[in-house]
Amino acid sequence: MGRQETFYELIRRQGISRRNFLKFCSLSAASLGLAPHFAGKIAHAMETKPRVPVLWLHGLECTCCTESFIRSAHPLAKDVILSMVSLDYDDTIMAAAGHQAEQAIEDVMRDYKGQYILAVEGNPPLAEDGIFCIPGGKPFVDKLKHVAADAAAVIAWGSCASWGCVQAAKPNPTQATPIHKVIKNKPIVKVPGCPPIAEVMTGVITYYVTFGELPALDKQGRPLMFYSQRVHDKCYRRCHFDAGQFAETFDDRGSREGYCLYKVGCRGPTTYNACSTTRWNEGVSFPIASGHGCLGCSEPDFWDNGPFYERLQTFPQFGAEATANRIGATAAAVVGVGIAAHAGLTALRQAKVKPNSPAETDKRA
Amino acid sequence: MSIATPNGFQLDNSGKRVVVDPITRIEGHLRIEVNVDENNIIRNAVSTGTMWRGLEVILRGRDPRDAWAFVQRICGVCTGTHALASIRSVENALGIEIPENANTIRNIMHLTLFAQDHLVHFYHLHALDWVDVVSALSADPKATSELAQSLSSWPMSSPGYFRDLQNRLKKFVESGQLGPFRNGYWGHPAYKLPPEANLMAVAHYLEALDFQKEIVKIQAIFGGRNPHPNWLVGGVPSPINLNDVGAVGAINMERLNMVGRIIDRTIEFIDQVYIPDLLAIASFYKDWASIGGGLSSKYLMSYGDLPKSANNYSPDNMMFPTGVIIDGNLNEVLPIDLMKEDEVQEFVNHSWYKYADEATGLHPLKGETVPNFDIGGAKGTRTAIEAVDEASKYSWVKAPRWKGHAMEVGPLARFVIGYVKGQEDIKALVDPVLAQLGVPVTALFSTLGRTAARGLECTWAAHKLKDEYNKLLANIKAGDINTANMANFEPSTWKKSAQGVGFVEAPRGALAHWIDIEDKKIKNYQCVVPTTWNASPRDPAGKIGAYEAALLDTPMHDPNLPLEILRTIHSFDPCLACATHVLDMEGNELTSVKVR
Repeated sequence: MGRQETFYELIRRQGISRRNFLKFCSLSAASLGLAPHFAGKIAHAMETKPRVPVLWLHGLECTCCTESFIRSAHPLAKDVILSMVSLDYDDTIMAAAGHQAEQAIEDVMRDYKGQYILAVEGNPPLAEDGIFCIPGGKPFVDKLKHVAADAAAVIAWGSCASWGCVQAAKPNPTQATPIHKVIKNKPIVKVPGCPPIAEVMTGVITYYVTFGELPALDKQGRPLMFYSQRVHDKCYRRCHFDAGQFAETFDDRGSREGYCLYKVGCRGPTTYNACSTTRWNEGVSFPIASGHGCLGCSEPDFWDNGPFYERLQTFPQFGAEATANRIGATAAAVVGVGIAAHAGLTALRQAKVKPNSPAETDKRA
Repeated sequence: MSIATPNGFQLDNSGKRVVVDPITRIEGHLRIEVNVDENNIIRNAVSTGTMWRGLEVILRGRDPRDAWAFVQRICGVCTGTHALASIRSVENALGIEIPENANTIRNIMHLTLFAQDHLVHFYHLHALDWVDVVSALSADPKATSELAQSLSSWPMSSPGYFRDLQNRLKKFVESGQLGPFRNGYWGHPAYKLPPEANLMAVAHYLEALDFQKEIVKIQAIFGGRNPHPNWLVGGVPSPINLNDVGAVGAINMERLNMVGRIIDRTIEFIDQVYIPDLLAIASFYKDWASIGGGLSSKYLMSYGDLPKSANNYSPDNMMFPTGVIIDGNLNEVLPIDLMKEDEVQEFVNHSWYKYADEATGLHPLKGETVPNFDIGGAKGTRTAIEAVDEASKYSWVKAPRWKGHAMEVGPLARFVIGYVKGQEDIKALVDPVLAQLGVPVTALFSTLGRTAARGLECTWAAHKLKDEYNKLLANIKAGDINTANMANFEPSTWKKSAQGVGFVEAPRGALAHWIDIEDKKIKNYQCVVPTTWNASPRDPAGKIGAYEAALLDTPMHDPNLPLEILRTIHSFDPCLACATHVLDMEGNELTSVKVR
């Protein structure tokens, strides 16, 4: 195999000027929340690195992760696929089928041993020797282990791969299992959500392609840059929560005026995700902005944390029922309690967080 | 051995066996096996769903109002269809009525999916069966421009545009890292388009990939996000507030304007890019108007959908036609009753489940789902299947039948049923296309007909989207801003036990969910979905399903290169995660069932 072409060479040969290339790097830096001087680093990375092969496997899933991925606006999914990585296997979009498709996996594993990314959408069912998912006539769990063996790193797309998601909800009849319980010896980045936000997905890929390493992760393996704060922390309706202004039901006066949806079941206070800041579909909306509470879809076992339309019973930092009612009566006093409680939780979380490499994280801070 | 099936097909499995697994560019996991004769003509076809998740087992005991979120995760491609079927089933069971605006907004959400999903299917899941990406490298950009401008007024059509694109493609191919185009069937003699048409199609493949994400912003506006927007039993979750305190946080004038603008752009893209491409490509593949017909000339079904007004799901209130055609009798469209026990039934004698009596079928409200992974005389082992045994059990998909008949569902079924019922808006789309391609109406019963019907339905849906948007504005103008009826939302208001059905025409065809509620919880839940119909295995009578029937008699150039199989299977737009969801209605403990 000849020398691999770098991202920079590729886009220059596509007729994109150096000036526009650098502009792209600045935008990438901004979209990742990085300081302006990182644009230079991104440019350097893209000038010197070949496109990273990605093998994207599907287990038990619904393909919502792929659908979300192709919604990405910055960067466009098209540009990720054609110019940033080499998506050499993804059964949802690849031209080849059958033997020709499976051959692509073996070829990449041989030619890029230890250099490719394994991206996993869905999860393996382990019950009955894995026969509840048998693409190619064989248990998916075996294919997953086979491809993981020589991967540089693994991305767990969505809540299926990260936590188990809907097919793993009680009683989990197929024994659907998150991938970290099957792949033990590889770094795994979890990108939970059902599905994850498109720009979070492409942001994780862009980060890896740019810096040649995985982003800083929290204790559970999620990128800090997107999953370190709760939906509630940055929710634009937070002011109504603090002021004790709640929608009591759907389409009531409070709902029409945009009050807090906590009482109709919002899981924002216990959900770590970027929905209230990055938002969805190029910033058009996110669930709370369209009148429905957060389901908590990026959290482990959120399916068994229902019913969804009942207010949270286990608010982690203070008694939810009592507090929400007290807020209605004595708003000002409760605001103080809320802030103190949040501050306490934040401190607790920070103590728990162990990034992969503190030194690396500091450099980038 | 050659056998005749009761539904009129001839099967012969004596020739060379060819296995295609995975079938790619679909949702979920599907395996197709065929036997070809000495002339490489397909004489036997076997469709195998290779996954099962058991979602409906998981639903048991949960709050019926939450069910939509669970079943929405049956499929992220036709996102929302299962959610809509679910909330309708709960409303049907509990007698909950929804406001007019909620019905209109649901229609808008649903039509948005049709526009986006059909577009993505045509370009990203199906086009590479007809378009040779590598051939596009040898196109003349100037001639490509002339071709594009002769077909459409779409502005991105200059010689420079196509030259730049071709250069990008050339350098991509030269890099040696072909990504999703790796190992494709480029240069296969079944590709018939001239290089210029290929280049134009590749340009639109990329434009459509960019544009599809715009269409679904409509779902994000009303449902908070896409994929997997939010729904609500009793209405829709997004309130309307145009002219009062707090309107900036609701469906307001700016949000409505955004919806209107996206609809206009969607109509433009579909009518100026998708439809001209479809017709241009079809004109080179007219031989496929007599290949891949399968059940389509004889057995078609549509439940009907898109209620013109709220809370009335009868056929005359639906924009999509309702009815069944059997035995090829196009002069009679039969009515459907989803609650009648002898109409929709599922069989499992060729599926990896077991019934006490596998000679009979069960209505969904009496259904059973006990896994039974018995591979019979398959070649290989249960964890390394080389070839399935179609005389035994061979799929995770059940075999649904309507009054004993295997059915084809989907855009073609809807359009043929609408056409023979004389539905004007459908005839007005079909007739000009038949005239333009110079083919008879029977050309619809084919692989090409299926693909064409989907395209026509896409433009139909985009224009209906505009109508529904105008209807929403008119109703708001008349003073109605209600979006949800919460009167019976609280479980304390519900009767002790209730049963209901919710049905939807999904992009892939007829979909229904049956729910049994007892003591405010889900007792039983069952889905029979479009791909269960189309990907169906055989039944006790030996009737074959739509995929298997459609593959028969197809000539293959080279059985090792399954391009022809992909063309016909993709023309159905398979969704296997949908197909393989079934429920144990009898309360059996699935987790304790030992699968042999």
